[in-house]
Amino acid sequence: MVEVAVIGAGMTKFGERWDASLRELCTEAGVAALEDANVSGEQIDALFVGSMSAGRFIGQEHVGALVADYVGLGGDLHVPATRVEAACASGGLAFRQAVAAVASGMSDIVIAAGVEKMTDVGDATDVLAGAADREWESFAGATFPGLYAMIACDYMNKYGLTREELAQVAVKNHYHGARNPFAHFQNEISQSTVMNSTMVASPLRLFDCSPVSDGAAAVVVCSLEKAREFCDTPITVLASAQAGDTIALHDRPDFSTMGATVAAGNKAFAQAKLERKDIDFVEVHDCFTIAELCAIEDLGFVPKGTAGKFTAEGETQIGGKLPVNTSGGLKACGHPVGATGIKQVWEVVQQLRGEAGRRQVDGAEVGMTQNVGGTGATVVSHIFRRAC
Amino acid sequence: MTVARFWRRIPQRYNLVGTKCNTCGDVFFPPRAFCPHCRRGGDLQEIQLSGKGKVLTFSVVHSASDQYSDQKPYVLAIIELEEGARMTTHIVCEPDEVYIGMPVRSVFRVLDEDGTDGVIHYGTKFVPDE
Repeated sequence: MVEVAVIGAGMTKFGERWDASLRELCTEAGVAALEDANVSGEQIDALFVGSMSAGRFIGQEHVGALVADYVGLGGDLHVPATRVEAACASGGLAFRQAVAAVASGMSDIVIAAGVEKMTDVGDATDVLAGAADREWESFAGATFPGLYAMIACDYMNKYGLTREELAQVAVKNHYHGARNPFAHFQNEISQSTVMNSTMVASPLRLFDCSPVSDGAAAVVVCSLEKAREFCDTPITVLASAQAGDTIALHDRPDFSTMGATVAAGNKAFAQAKLERKDIDFVEVHDCFTIAELCAIEDLGFVPKGTAGKFTAEGETQIGGKLPVNTSGGLKACGHPVGATGIKQVWEVVQQLRGEAGRRQVDGAEVGMTQNVGGTGATVVSHIFRRAC
Repeated sequence: MTVARFWRRIPQRYNLVGTKCNTCGDVFFPPRAFCPHCRRGGDLQEIQLSGKGKVLTFSVVHSASDQYSDQKPYVLAIIELEEGARMTTHIVCEPDEVYIGMPVRSVFRVLDEDGTDGVIHYGTKFVPDE
């Protein structure tokens, strides 16, 4: 297989973007990525766009073609554009398709983008519930916070996780988000803010939940060999892994362990030929605070049941043993669902280039991402290294 | 949920009919035509479930989709039936009553209505069985 590298990355400010439509968000992120990569439209072979539910959020399907058209790749250049969907893992999966297209030799230079426009709809809770089993979970009253709340309930019962430890995930992610100019929320919060916020689905409160956001992100990939023509610090893709699981949470043997994260993580480490200790920082899918704890355990960084203590001791904050979600994560950076997986790659690129500013992880050389669809029926994980 | 999608599931929604794989012994609800463990080696037959089970995990939902907003706060749970199948369901009880391990039994209830003139959906919920 051809070795693949990321040569450009761009994203919009995440948040309530009443000023921009879906196509405008994509154009903003796409142009930023192309400028960053120093490539022109004529050089692009293919475009993959991750979007969970543009059809229900804004009534727009055929998003691949729409985005290609408005970033100037459709009409004159006729670049093939493909929309990719795996609920909240749509972005990570779009990136994986772009990597596969280059690795296989089928394409030379490919854009992977992700987008979601969520604030123009009435019932986002119901649209998002479509990522679960509609007939046998959502129809029984399961919301997404409700499903992750049941994971948290199981986890707290098994491992004695405290409410305070869980709150620290959100406190830490807001600390990071306050240092990311593209984040939805750029304010620090205290533990009491989390603990006193509105109950959404017990034990999860409002500040345990990622927000409804608008936004887009895009990255440009090509072969490592070609990458040096465009930039001095290509970011090599060392591993691209994906794993699946049952669609419904109730069919999993252990609600507190995401089997697809375990499987994707193991595959990724095997491909990269790396140990857990080689990873300098990780972007994980903290759609809810409990999900971040499960993620760092299921990827093998800490033993099961200890991530709460690890977080409360500050080890997942910048400067700790394993900085987690330096972008602010889904909690503070925001969660425009289809864009999240691409934003994770964007953050890894900033960190590995040493361009992450006030949230820079010192000496970052190897970074990892973990992007989850639903309650873990799809997990996509990538490992990256700064090419020397 | 559309009416047609609801009709297709009538036996399972009203009677808790699942399937059992005679090869591995696992019981599934909703029924599966194909055993995910034995795959082509599976041998599935219908099984009437007793409707008795226990709570494995739960949450009290305070923020619901529009469809269920008139019922909040409500108790959402994953339960394990005696036969081994697991399902996500409402537990009809006070929010502070529910606990992990609570015995429950199935009941026939209104699930929701499509507005004042629309179809009323009936189905299975669970209540404490103590």
